[in-house]
Amino acid sequence: MNNLLVADSVSKSFGDFKALNEVSIAVPKGSIFGLLGPNGAGKTTLIRIINQITMPDKGEVLLDGSPLMPMNIRDIGYLPEERGLYKSMKVGEQVLYLAQLKGLSKQTAKERLKYWFDKLDIGDWWNRKIQELSKGQAQKIQFIVTVIHRPKLLIFDEPFSGFDPINASLIKDEILQLRDEGATVIFSTHRMESVEELCDHIALIHKSNKVLDGRLTDVKRQFKTNTFEVGLQSSNPEEITRLIKDKFEVFPATFKNLNDDIKLNIKLPQDTSSNDLLRFLTSKAEIHHFVEVIPSANDIFIQTVKNN
Amino acid sequence: MNHLPLIIKREYLNKVRNRSFVVMTFLSPIIMIALVAVVAYLSQINNDKKRSITILDETGILAEAFENTEHTTYTILTDSNYADAKALVKAQEDFGLLYIKKSTDTLNLVETVNFYSDESPSVSIISNLERRIEKRISDIKLQNDGVNIEQIRASKTTINIAQETFDGEKTSKIDSYLKLAFGGAAGYLLFMFIIIYGNMIMRSVIEEKTSRIIEVIISSVKPIQLMMGKIIGTSLAGITQFLIWLILGGVLLFVVSAIFGIDLTQIQSPQQEMINQAMATSDAQNIAQDLIAGFVNLPILNLCVAFLFFFIGGYLLYSSFYAAIGAAVDNETDTQQFMMPIIMPLILAVYVGVFTVIEDPHGTISTIFSFIPLTSPVVMLMRIPFGVPIWQQLLSLAILVFTFIFTVWFAAKIYRVGILMYGKKPSYKELFKWLRY
Repeated sequence: MNNLLVADSVSKSFGDFKALNEVSIAVPKGSIFGLLGPNGAGKTTLIRIINQITMPDKGEVLLDGSPLMPMNIRDIGYLPEERGLYKSMKVGEQVLYLAQLKGLSKQTAKERLKYWFDKLDIGDWWNRKIQELSKGQAQKIQFIVTVIHRPKLLIFDEPFSGFDPINASLIKDEILQLRDEGATVIFSTHRMESVEELCDHIALIHKSNKVLDGRLTDVKRQFKTNTFEVGLQSSNPEEITRLIKDKFEVFPATFKNLNDDIKLNIKLPQDTSSNDLLRFLTSKAEIHHFVEVIPSANDIFIQTVKNN
Repeated sequence: MNHLPLIIKREYLNKVRNRSFVVMTFLSPIIMIALVAVVAYLSQINNDKKRSITILDETGILAEAFENTEHTTYTILTDSNYADAKALVKAQEDFGLLYIKKSTDTLNLVETVNFYSDESPSVSIISNLERRIEKRISDIKLQNDGVNIEQIRASKTTINIAQETFDGEKTSKIDSYLKLAFGGAAGYLLFMFIIIYGNMIMRSVIEEKTSRIIEVIISSVKPIQLMMGKIIGTSLAGITQFLIWLILGGVLLFVVSAIFGIDLTQIQSPQQEMINQAMATSDAQNIAQDLIAGFVNLPILNLCVAFLFFFIGGYLLYSSFYAAIGAAVDNETDTQQFMMPIIMPLILAVYVGVFTVIEDPHGTISTIFSFIPLTSPVVMLMRIPFGVPIWQQLLSLAILVFTFIFTVWFAAKIYRVGILMYGKKPSYKELFKWLRY
């Protein structure tokens, strides 16, 4: 089995509202899987179904090839977007309690908690109550609660919100390390730069339907428009620009360059390669900049959502 | 995976360690005892108060009616007028002046008696005076008709009917009062327990919602487990609190009455008055015997077992409602609209218990209400001391358990959906919709 988690045609309605419509995703083992979508698209519903908080009306979810069972809660760590801990409970007791609910023994939970306290640079918080901690500190505790039982599958919903840049990168590194140690991560966020940075697979859910999924590189390949960003220098820029415009579809481009010269985005027809363009350009002007335009996750997101 | 013990433990410790819970546990009995002591002390002072009443009797035949008592001194004036008597009362700082005017028919005083005083007198003072005058006049009338009062007095007798069932079980009036006291206490205890700890469960569900931990928890445990854990954990905390109250209250009561020498038994509760009335008609020695016999006659085993089952059943039934309400709303102020339907049957149960069970423990109304699941725990507990056939108890309990299972299912549904709903105040219609999710 290459996929740790497979959701097969999952549907869920709340009354008359259809929250998920035949959504299927496959999360490969050891990947960081970005679950994307606008607000209210159905991401949280899907995540809750994976966590067995809600049951699907139709379809099924397989973990490691077999249907989800109540005992699978041990295999999943979930950091919900709506964070929360018992405010008046002490940090140590609270983490132990939540870890025990995930099936850890008290002793193991204690040892691992000490390990995480050292690792995340948390001092002696054992006897402090959550309400005495800052928001960022409480978030760290919440992160520990999510990972302490070493689940196969980690689900993070907006994990970086509420963290300062230092702590955000600390948490990011921890997530990457957990992935390297064999965990699979489902990552739901609206921050496209962290999608670019972390995810190797994505799925996009829009209006209860899955509208896009696959490896991030494949998706980008699928979305690229054969467009090249070009910087040229010439004694006669108007003439050159006119020549190019006659032959290709051209858009203005902005990028940083030393020279104040011609900056263009040139879209090539399907049958024309970058080499053809280069050959055409070398005869006309001096090429200082030549880059294929790769659509960002942000572009893909916006384009897909708008088109649907 | 069964996390129930773990959840119960957390809920219990969380409640018990809570500062306000600890304060309430230890402060309440102290406050209660202090109140009781103050009331006892004040009523003692009140009883010790002496007052004198001046009587201006123009008829000249009522002097005999007013004999001085421990608390009241009467001064009879026959040869005076209202103005002088008033002056005298003021000078002596008497409590008041009873003015009996002469009328054409001496024995018809319907409209000729007045009482004057600075403060308005209590009902008991006035009725006492009325009784005295009435008795005296009636005596005079009887004498006028040639009746010998002494003979009438001698003819008075008291009857104390000895009650016995056909099985040879002896009962008495004291028995009945004892049964009432037991049944009433059991019913009332359940009522209080539901109100106090049901609310506590509701608040703890709301707390989980507002602190947003709920999603983390229910990704680990089933909502129904969480709900049951909460109900049981909170109940155990409640039982702990009740036991501490009972012990602490008992000890304090003993200490206070020892220190201040206040005889707390002198505070007359309505039940005691009834017992006293019952006692008045029977011999003093018999009373102790009757009390013991009455106690032995109570179906103790039945009472204890039934108390246990109906208490648990009734409490769980109501607390699952409370848990569902807590899950349905975002904050405590929104709970009001859902509280009414819960409180109403409870209050109804107590009223039915107090008014109809006392009147006729096996009457139609009491019997019906001891089967309806929302009222049966309270009403049945009140009825049982009077002897309820086992089949009725079992049937009522079966209905209760069946309803309980249904409510837990129902509450769990609302709970499951409700704990993840934020930001809107649900209507009943919406709750109904949740059942289908």
